[in-house]
Formats: sequence, structure tokens, C-alpha cells
Amino acid sequence: MQEPILVLAEHLRGAIADITYEMLGVGRKLADDLKAPLYSVVFGKDIVPVASHMGIADSVFVLDHPQLDMPSPDVVAALLKTLIEQKNVSLVLIGGTNVSTGIGPKLSFRLNLPFVNFCRNIWVKDGSVGLTSQLFGGKILSDVRLPGNRGVVSVYPGSFPPDAGKSDRKASIEMLDLRVEESKIIFNKYIEPEAGDIDITKQDILVSVGRGIANADNIAMVEELANVLGGAVCASRPVIDQGWLPLSRQVGKSGMTVKPKLYLSLGVSGAPEHVEGMKDSGLIISINTDSSAPIFGVSHYGICADLFDILPTLIEEIKTHKSG
Amino acid sequence: MDIVVFLKMVPDVVEELVIGEDGKSLDTQSLRMRLSDPDEHALEEAVILKEKFGGTVAVVAMEAPEVEEVLFTARAKGADRAVKLPGDWTGIQAPAIAKLFASLFSSGSQQLTAHTLILLGSQAIDDLEGEVAPYLAEILGAPYLGVVTGIRLDEEKKKAIVMKEFAGGLRGEFELPLPAVLGIQAAEKPPRYIPVAKVRSIMKSARIETVEISPPEIVSGLPVDRLFMPEVAGKAEMLEGSAAEVSARMIEILAERGLIGR
Ligand SMILES: Cc1cc2nc3c(=O)[nH]c(=O)nc-3n(C[C@H](O)[C@H](O)[C@H](O)COP(=O)(O)OP(=O)(O)OC[C@H]3O[C@@H](n4cnc5c(N)ncnc54)[C@H](O)[C@@H]3O)c2cc1C
Ligand SMILES: Nc1ncnc2c1ncn2[C@@H]1O[C@H](COP(=O)(O)O)[C@@H](O)[C@H]1O
Repeated sequence: MQEPILVLAEHLRGAIADITYEMLGVGRKLADDLKAPLYSVVFGKDIVPVASHMGIADSVFVLDHPQLDMPSPDVVAALLKTLIEQKNVSLVLIGGTNVSTGIGPKLSFRLNLPFVNFCRNIWVKDGSVGLTSQLFGGKILSDVRLPGNRGVVSVYPGSFPPDAGKSDRKASIEMLDLRVEESKIIFNKYIEPEAGDIDITKQDILVSVGRGIANADNIAMVEELANVLGGAVCASRPVIDQGWLPLSRQVGKSGMTVKPKLYLSLGVSGAPEHVEGMKDSGLIISINTDSSAPIFGVSHYGICADLFDILPTLIEEIKTHKSG
Repeated sequence: MDIVVFLKMVPDVVEELVIGEDGKSLDTQSLRMRLSDPDEHALEEAVILKEKFGGTVAVVAMEAPEVEEVLFTARAKGADRAVKLPGDWTGIQAPAIAKLFASLFSSGSQQLTAHTLILLGSQAIDDLEGEVAPYLAEILGAPYLGVVTGIRLDEEKKKAIVMKEFAGGLRGEFELPLPAVLGIQAAEKPPRYIPVAKVRSIMKSARIETVEISPPEIVSGLPVDRLFMPEVAGKAEMLEGSAAEVSARMIEILAERGLIGR
């Protein structure tokens, strides 16, 4: 019998995040394989309704506290440490999201446990826990083992099916009474996304540009392609960070999640943070000069070519097709 | 304000990555190194802060191939000090790197006061146990936030007001007392471009300082069983031929699905 496994439930503005169900699903499987209990913990303010959805865990711990509205990584790490020591937990799953960044390393530092980042798969073999992590923007995978099945794991979003973590079972909730330390960090307010000229989440056709587009002037050609296709242009992060397109056009982890009927990507490598935001598109076609670009792993059709060689012809051919 | 920026070299992932003979590490011979993207933004943010609020910027890097060029470029962009930590750092992992950086402050080479702001990249793509920034914050006992995309300073109150990303374009504003450690995701403006000629001329006039720090005890990292390539070819059907052929085939595919009309 293995010591308990703990999932840190993630939520934002009162809504439970999908990553929580992903972790609960794989956590359940791990717990069953290792014959260990599965625990889940929710920290927040007015958070009990969220906890009731987590019946798949054997126990759900809840700490509802006014100071936990948007707790800093310090505060969460301190609470987790106390809980882990009280309940003898050996393995902790935390979301590899912007909301949870920093909690894992802080906890691993305080508990002197290994931290594993970018985790995409977890399994049990001969009683030992193995993990696959994704490195170098998805170009390399790495298998590691956790000595003694102990550690803090940051689970990459989109790695496990969220449905496996949902259950109709009534959650067995235990309210915690832990001291919440005063945080040095104060949360002031949310800053809402600026409304853009167009809403890329509502488009049927998106043409997406990545760093392969090389400079701002080349965007015009892509706008033309989007026009003839009746769609809009969106982009990967570097294009936005360069200021070539507004933030409202960013697809991915920090940007928008889109599900158009067609996602045509040009010079996008397909880093996990980008793929997170577009993998469920109806039809994905990608043009990239690098035959081993991870984007081809999530595309239906791929073209290994220089986008500048293809684009002018493609635009002309579409015009001809439409007028024909 | 004293701003310290840690700069890390990472393999350029646009190049082909080759797994070494041991099957557990990358073949370093074939790697081309470049400054980690978020670090370029951390440096930009530091220079923007210096321009707005005054003070100094120091950049710090561990010895690595091509690192001097990066340090000189940082000087050309506006950094006042460039520091290299000499040594053979192969195999050193995030917790030990954080200890090494912390000792830079305890050794007196860098001050740690209510005027110190420490910037790192939010996350580099190359290691399993990344996130040196939160480890460093733990050791220094300073507050930390990651995925930061904007900073304002309130020197009177000795605090930083920062913007952090969540998801879907939603961000949050936080206040941290100084000294603080921040993981920068993106600067508020795109990193500035510096002509090579300017870097060349800085190379003649400026100097890279070296600070000798005795290496921390190297704790071995997690046992890596193997590195391998994902099955990329698994899914996409590759279209081949001339631009015209490929375009014609694409139009066919779109037409079959009713995604393109006449
Ligand atoms: C916390 C966090 C949040 C993030 N959020 C996001 C996010 O929301 N969205 C996002 O996109 N990224 C995000 N990222 C960044 C992400 O990790 C990648 O760095 C980014 O997606 C890479 O963008 P890219 O594919 O355009 O550039 P690169 O990875 O540089 O790829 C460029 C590609 O273009 C190809 N290419 C070059 N020239 C040509 C040509 N002439 N023709 C055809 N192909 C060419 C190259 O082969 C390469 O594959 C985030 C990262 C972090 C750490
Ligand atoms: N070897 C290193 N040399 C210099 N800075 C580093 C090094 N490792 C990490 N850093 C800093 O810590 C940030 C996060 O890196 P990581 O923890 O590896 O994801 C980087 O963006 C750098 O700012």
C-alpha cells in the first residue's frame, strides 16, 4: 500500500479548470494501480461548490478563507506543505498552468522532494512511478523515474482526458482548519482582455502565423490569404510579442483557445503552449520548412516547404477557383 | 533601483536536435545555442525600467558557449554591468543553479536591498526541473511571481506593481514589496534591435566582469531513463510537389469539406 496521492484543484473566478479533471482522472488510475488513496484539495474563497464536483477522489479537503481569493504561490505552498505532512502524502499533482506557476518548485524546495516539469504522461510499472516530460518546445520527450514514488509533478494541460476525472459520486468533503499566513503579495484586480477588432474564437477559418513569417511586412500577404478564404489572421506568441499583431489575436496557453473549421498554420513550430489553444480545430493544415516540427504531429495535412514559396501561388489559385 | 537579470543560453529548437549516444542527453556537438526567449524579454523590461525610473542594470550569466556575445549585446542595449560566472557547469540542475545565484548576493558582489529587483525568464524550455526563479526566491526569502508581462515601480513605498498572465487574455495586477524575484514572460514592448556595429564597438570599450563563486554541492537530478523523439509523422498526411500542385490539392481538400466556395 502506497502513501496517498494529492491533486491540487485549480479554479479561476469560481469555475473549476479542466486541468483539475485531467489530474483527477490520471490520479485515480495511479491511485488504483498503487493501491493508494486519492486526495484532492481546494483552496479558495466561497469555494465549497467547486469541491462538490470532485467525487472521484476518495477525500476532498477544502479550505475556505477570505484571504485565499487569489493566493500567492508562497501561501499555497505553505498550506500544501502542512497538509502533506499531516496526511502523509508522497506524490502531488499540480497544474502546469499560468495560474499555478511557482507553487510546485516552492513546495519541492520546502519538502526536499524532486520537482518534475512539463509532465505529459504518468504510469506505474512494477510498482514504480514513471513520468514522460516534454522538452524543447515538444521536440524531445524524456522518461524519468521518481525514487520512492515521491515527488511534486507539474502536469501539462491537455495531456490527459478531463472526462476520466469526472464522476457522479458524491464527494466526501472534509473542511480544513489551517492557519493562512499573511502574504507579502497583494492581489489588486483582474485586467480583462482588450476587445480586439475581431473575435478569433468566433471564426470558422483562421490563418495562423508564427515566427516563420520573419517580419511585420509579410503579414499583409497573410491577411490577403485570410481574405480570399473568408477568415481571419491569428498568431503564435512571438508574433504578438513583437507587436506585429494585437494581443487579441494570440492563440495558446496565455491567449485564446480556438476551434475553427479550418486552422491553416504558417511557420508555427507547434510548441505545447501553442497547441493547447488550437488542437481541437476541425481541420488543421500546416506549412513549415522543418519536417520534424511538432506542429505536424497535430495536423491533418502538412506541407514541408517555405511558406513564401507556397503563399503567392496559393492565393492566386484560390482566387481562380472562386471565380471559376 | 538595482536591477539584476539572469541570462540563460538554450539550444535553438529551430535546429535539428540529436540525442547523444547514451540515449539520455542531447548531443551537445550539434547544438546551436541562443539566449532563451523570455530572458531577452527580461533584459528588455530591465532596460525599460531603467529608462523610466533610473538606476542600474546588471546582467549575469554562467559560462557557456556564445555567452560573451550575449553579454556584450546586453551592454549595448543598456546594461551597466555584465557578469560571467566562470566554471564548467555541465550537468548542474535548477536547485544548484539557484544556490549559485543566491551566493552572488551573499558574497557581496550584488546588493540585496529594498532597491533590488531580480528578473529571470519565466521558464526555459530545456530542463525537467526548470524554474530557477522560485527556487532563488525561496533561498533569498523574497516574494516571487511568474508569467509577468509588465512592471511599474513605486520607489517611495519600495514595491513593484506587476502584471501576470492567466489565460484567455485575462491578466491580474499584483503588488510585491522589494526586493522581489520576478519570472518575466514578455516585456511590455518588443525587445529592441541592436545593430551588430554597436555590439562590436561595445566589445572594444566594455569589459565582462568575472565573479568566482565556489560551486554549490551538486545534487544529482532525477534518474533519466531515456530521451526520445515524439512520433511526429504519426498524424499529418504530407502533401508534396510544386507550389501549384500543393495549392491545387489544398483547394481540393477544402472544397470537399465545403470550406471554400466558388
Ligand atoms: C507560460 C507560457 C505561455 C505561453 N503562451 C503561449 C501562447 O499563448 N501562444 C503561443 O503561441 N505560444 C505561447 N508560448 C510560447 C511557446 O512556448 C513558443 O515559444 C511559441 O509558440 C513559438 O512560436 P512559433 O512557433 O511562432 O516560433 P518558433 O518556435 O520559433 O517556430 C517558428 C517555425 O517556423 C518555421 N519556419 C521558419 N521559416 C519558415 C518559412 N520561411 N516557411 C515555413 N516555415 C518556416 C520554423 O521551422 C519553425 O518551426 C508560451 C510560453 C510560456 C512559457
Ligand atoms: N544556467 C543558467 N544561467 C543563467 N540563468 C539561468 C540559468 N538557468 C536558469 N536561469 C534563469 O532562470 C530562468 C528560468 O530558467 P529555468 O528555471 O531553467 O526554466 C531563465 O530564464 C534564466 O533567467
